[in-house]
Amino acid sequence: MAGIAVERLVKRYGPTQVVHGIDLDVQDGEFVVFVGPSGCGKSTTLRMIAGLEEIDGGEIRIGGRVVNRLEPKDRNIAMVFQNYAIYPHMSVGENIAFGLYTSKLGKAEKRAKVEEAARILGLEDLLERRPSALSGGQRQRVAIGRAMVRDPAAFLFDEPLSNLDAQLRAQMRLEIKRLHQRLGATIVYVTHDQVEAMTMADRIVVMREGRILQVGSPMELYERPADVFTARFIGSPTMNVLPAAAEGGGLALAGGRVALEGGAVPSGGRVLVGVRPQQLRVLEAGETADLLLSGHVAVVEPLGSETFVHVEVGDQLVLASAAAKAAPPVGTAVRLGADAAALKLFDAETERAL
Amino acid sequence: MSAGAAQGRAGFGRAIAWVLLLAGGLAMVLPLAFMFSTSLKDASEVYDLRLLPAHPTLDNYVTVLSDGRFLRWFGNSMGVATVVTLSNVFFDSLVGYTLAKFEFRGRYFVFLAILSTLMVPTEMLVIPWYVMARNFGWLDSYWGIMFPGMMTAFGTFLMKQFFETVPNDFLEAARVDGLNEFTIFWRIAMPLVTPALSALAIFTFLSNWTAFIWPLIVTTSKELYTLPVGLSSFAVEQQIQWELIMTGAALATLPTLLVFLALQRYIVRGVVMAGLKG
Repeated sequence: MAGIAVERLVKRYGPTQVVHGIDLDVQDGEFVVFVGPSGCGKSTTLRMIAGLEEIDGGEIRIGGRVVNRLEPKDRNIAMVFQNYAIYPHMSVGENIAFGLYTSKLGKAEKRAKVEEAARILGLEDLLERRPSALSGGQRQRVAIGRAMVRDPAAFLFDEPLSNLDAQLRAQMRLEIKRLHQRLGATIVYVTHDQVEAMTMADRIVVMREGRILQVGSPMELYERPADVFTARFIGSPTMNVLPAAAEGGGLALAGGRVALEGGAVPSGGRVLVGVRPQQLRVLEAGETADLLLSGHVAVVEPLGSETFVHVEVGDQLVLASAAAKAAPPVGTAVRLGADAAALKLFDAETERAL
Repeated sequence: MSAGAAQGRAGFGRAIAWVLLLAGGLAMVLPLAFMFSTSLKDASEVYDLRLLPAHPTLDNYVTVLSDGRFLRWFGNSMGVATVVTLSNVFFDSLVGYTLAKFEFRGRYFVFLAILSTLMVPTEMLVIPWYVMARNFGWLDSYWGIMFPGMMTAFGTFLMKQFFETVPNDFLEAARVDGLNEFTIFWRIAMPLVTPALSALAIFTFLSNWTAFIWPLIVTTSKELYTLPVGLSSFAVEQQIQWELIMTGAALATLPTLLVFLALQRYIVRGVVMAGLKG
């Protein structure tokens, strides 16, 4: 296993620059997840680390060795693809063994490695099968097995769960996380699904338009997002972000106000107030809170364990959570409230956290 | 509209389809049936156009097969068609794969140049081929018969189109696994296009098995004749003995049938998508 370092990494396609000089250090044994919307450069970055895309600037080191000009095969990494890329004309066993195609191990050793990988991944009984006879989850496990047998310096995963249904995705998430704990492998994982990022990563790298916006542990990103984009991207459901203006020691919003201590915002300044739905509650009559919003219930979404209430505040829909059976009916006038500690303030111009 | 009327209409449509298919099928099968039938008749019966011979006999087969020349021509055709087919399967694929999967300067131009040769009819190429064969000393040789067909623009085009359907993930996975580019082509890409390879093999084998004009022009020694050229010379020599010609032709169709039967299952099987999401 080895760490991966990326410095001032640049990628251009013709005149379009898609990765703008990013820096990142992935520690040995760390599970790092790149997350961001389509086209943010996360897959391109992964493919540059793998050597499948040439780089236009900067440096990539794997285990301390500069690999900029090395072929993928000389980088000692293994990669798992979104489409699995297991070969349909080979059996499961042959597919896994294919990871050792260039290895100088003897036949018996190769077989032992294949069997061990199959055992870890629960594929022992499927070794003779063709990929066409496997489910999506099994195919993905075969792809992981092919990567595992090589004992690579690092594993690269390119949206490996995107083609699975929700239930299988949750199961594979767990399996990949357990595999990481078991192998202690360095993993760089790309996804557009923030749930995958939150649940699996030691550190998350949030990317947008070819730049890294923030790097941190899942809880750091959730609790201290550096900007509005990260705040809205991480956490489900999405954080409410409301425009506000400083006024007399507090903030005035369309349909509400925030009581702030110590004049955190200069008078007349414009800010964005972020509050997660889970921290915004429907207030009882007479109850008060630091953030107060009033409006009418527009939509109620019961989830069983809790209920989401969409409330029309001014011209904006604000999402709050309510206890499962205590949700007010549609059309009711309600007041929503949250504590000042739960609020995130962002500069309205730069959208950076204040 | 009632269900009965709708059913009646669908039934009528089906009946028309059946009649058309039957007519097409008969048009295809009748000449073949007639060829086999004639090969089983004796000379006196040839102009009697009945489909079933009155006195079926295998004498024609004995006559044709005991004529050493027929077997020689059969062998020539088999050798030429096999070598040309193998060459096409390999080289057309290699070029098609390169054009489909590698970015390089002039790729589009090369592809267009190859494609444009499809627009030149064979009749126009015969003279340049002949001049070339003469200058290189290839006249009246097996290589002379084979060289124009060793690679074809059609095959290259067909294979390029098929290789484009092979997802890059397969090739990139192999690249990461440490395979060199030729091994990726041979071990990964080629097995994924077996339906196309089978189709190309069948087309190439058939067109070379039945090729007439070029082998006729380039060969002068009878030992080098391919089967169609030989059969036509047979016809002239023997003052058109239809029963023998038909017997030769019947024997000549056997390899093409065998090639088709051996390869057709690969055409039907869609291998490519099986390893991907599904």
